[in-house]
Amino acid sequence: MARAAVRHDLAAALKSATLAGLAALGLFGLIVGVRTDTGPTGALIYYTRFDDVVLLVAAVFAGTLARELLFGRSGIARGRLVPERLKAVAAPLARFAAPALLGFALILPVVFYHNRYVLDLGILVLTYVMLGWGLNIVVGLAGLLDLGYVAFYAVGAYSYALLAQHFGLSFWICLPLAGILAAFWGVMLGFPVLRLRGDYLAIVTLAFGEIIRIVLLNWQDVTGGPNGISSIPRPSFFGIPFNNDDNGFAALFGLEFSATHRIVFLFYLILALALITNWVTIRLRRLPIGRAWEALREDEIACRSLGINTTNTKLTAFAIGAMFGGFAGAFFATRQGFISPESFSFVESALILAIVVLGGMGSQLGVAVAAVVTIGGFELFREFAVYRMLVFGAAMVLVMAWRPRGLVGTRLPSVFLAKRKAIDATLVKEGHG
Amino acid sequence: MSAILTVEHLTMRFGGLVAVNDLSFEAERGAITALIGPNGAGKTTVFNCVTGFYKPTVGTIRLAGDAGAEHLLERLPDFRIAREARVARTFQNIRLFPGMSLLENLMVAQHNPLMRASGFTVLGLVGWPTFTAAEQEAIERARYWLERIGLAARADDPAGELPYGAQRRLEIARAMCTVPRLLCLDEPAAGLNARESAELDELLLFIRSEHDTSILLIEHDMSVVMKICDRIVVLDYGVKIAEGPPARVRDDPKVIAAYLGVEEDDVDTAEAEAGL
Repeated sequence: MARAAVRHDLAAALKSATLAGLAALGLFGLIVGVRTDTGPTGALIYYTRFDDVVLLVAAVFAGTLARELLFGRSGIARGRLVPERLKAVAAPLARFAAPALLGFALILPVVFYHNRYVLDLGILVLTYVMLGWGLNIVVGLAGLLDLGYVAFYAVGAYSYALLAQHFGLSFWICLPLAGILAAFWGVMLGFPVLRLRGDYLAIVTLAFGEIIRIVLLNWQDVTGGPNGISSIPRPSFFGIPFNNDDNGFAALFGLEFSATHRIVFLFYLILALALITNWVTIRLRRLPIGRAWEALREDEIACRSLGINTTNTKLTAFAIGAMFGGFAGAFFATRQGFISPESFSFVESALILAIVVLGGMGSQLGVAVAAVVTIGGFELFREFAVYRMLVFGAAMVLVMAWRPRGLVGTRLPSVFLAKRKAIDATLVKEGHG
Repeated sequence: MSAILTVEHLTMRFGGLVAVNDLSFEAERGAITALIGPNGAGKTTVFNCVTGFYKPTVGTIRLAGDAGAEHLLERLPDFRIAREARVARTFQNIRLFPGMSLLENLMVAQHNPLMRASGFTVLGLVGWPTFTAAEQEAIERARYWLERIGLAARADDPAGELPYGAQRRLEIARAMCTVPRLLCLDEPAAGLNARESAELDELLLFIRSEHDTSILLIEHDMSVVMKICDRIVVLDYGVKIAEGPPARVRDDPKVIAAYLGVEEDDVDTAEAEAGL
């Protein structure tokens, strides 16, 4: 009896895998299989790549077969993917994930002191962690879909670059100024989009991001246009420069001069900035303003019936989210020493949003893990060159299929009477934009 | 007794449709006033005008505040009606914050006093003691109402997990956490079973006797209306057709006609009397 059922399953799986394989053949046969190019004489020639097609079709066939055999027709169930016993072991481990990540971040420059590549990658990842946490306020807490977040990153970067170059202001004075200017533009964006929701909000924020980029591109006198701004002052250790002089950092602290000092300093700087973002967000969530953001995400009309000024609440979310974007931008400018509009394209906004959605909207730990996985994974697959995007896209689809609410979908209440219980992701709203 | 809410010549038009036509009525302070009428009579439209979700086409809505002050509700945006005139409301299709715990729902309702206590976030961010005290007070108020509606044991559960009847009670508790002068309830007994309905009656009578809150409610359930209301206003096709204490309204021929329908011949007379 059981054997008959298995055989039937195998037959059904084979049939479905064959169908999927045929569909893949139809799709890839011409698109991948036949390639046109310009020949040596300038005429159009074509060549075939049927071996690639065979590989793709085989992959689709094998994948479908495996899925059918493992999960049957019912689709991919997460419960069957992760056994219960493993879950029971993983649950207490999750509690240590945040301290473990923080501890690792703190000792990373010590462990990898001689590995410049790892240090640079760490700085890059932490920049995205900070950007993710900043956008998390707008998207995750207030539920406002912002596709133009990179605009505030750009405002912060150009604010620092211009203020430092023209007025000779130090990084530590420019940092709050960059944040304030970015927050100002956050409010400027907030006003026109207050009445918009969902798709319309997303489109306008996307347009806003592009406007800022195009202004930077065309306002040659101020921003240098496509050439960008170069030789932006590097950060100093609270006034002590990182150079080989007698009053440089190395000499004053009795160390041998090394270019790594500055990198390590930059690493701890972005770590501190990111942790400040995190701390402020966690505090804000427990304050009336943070609760109002989350209530706004849940039900805007109910908020108004309770006397909450939804206009101001949305504007503060935009402003504070933008402010952290501005801080990150100022850091980016001082780290790179060179900025141009190219660094602030829509792809950056999409990447930051992907980190927030992948991590689980509203979850600080989830966003941090997603940033590490996304940016780290991107670097890890560097040798795969053109297939990198493919792998990245496939990984994203898989994660979203298994965990539609992101890696950490549950929400912890900001206040409790007896016991803080996690709220299941299915109950938490995503906001209407 | 003085009036807490005075509605005068209220008219609300949506394009060519007159949802409410020249309606005047009063809700007394410390009383439970019911707004009843058949489906489409314009009850919820009146509610939306009172709570600022609609701006009336014509008419004034006045709410008596402290020390003889008066709030002109038709001129205030919705959130200021809730904040300054202190009119709280519930919704026909419950609008809780489903992904937030019961306690959080009640804390959001106390947003404005807490916002002031947190120095508009600045003092709260550094954990200023006055804010901590204010927050503790807010938690105590929330606890008080949770105990009142019998949900204290579920304070940390998400609101979306509650059964329907409990969600209705929680929505009333949330409105009460704003310490309202006037509580507007849109069909509070809809979908409740007999026991839950009795609990609701008890809760509303408790609010009337123990709190300085007047109640205006829309209701279909006649048993609730007749049992607990002090005064009833009957609407039909956006026009007031009767007003008075329950016993009198119940026997009013125009009300019976509006609810149960009448013989063909009586329609003209009834409409003539209603001024249609």
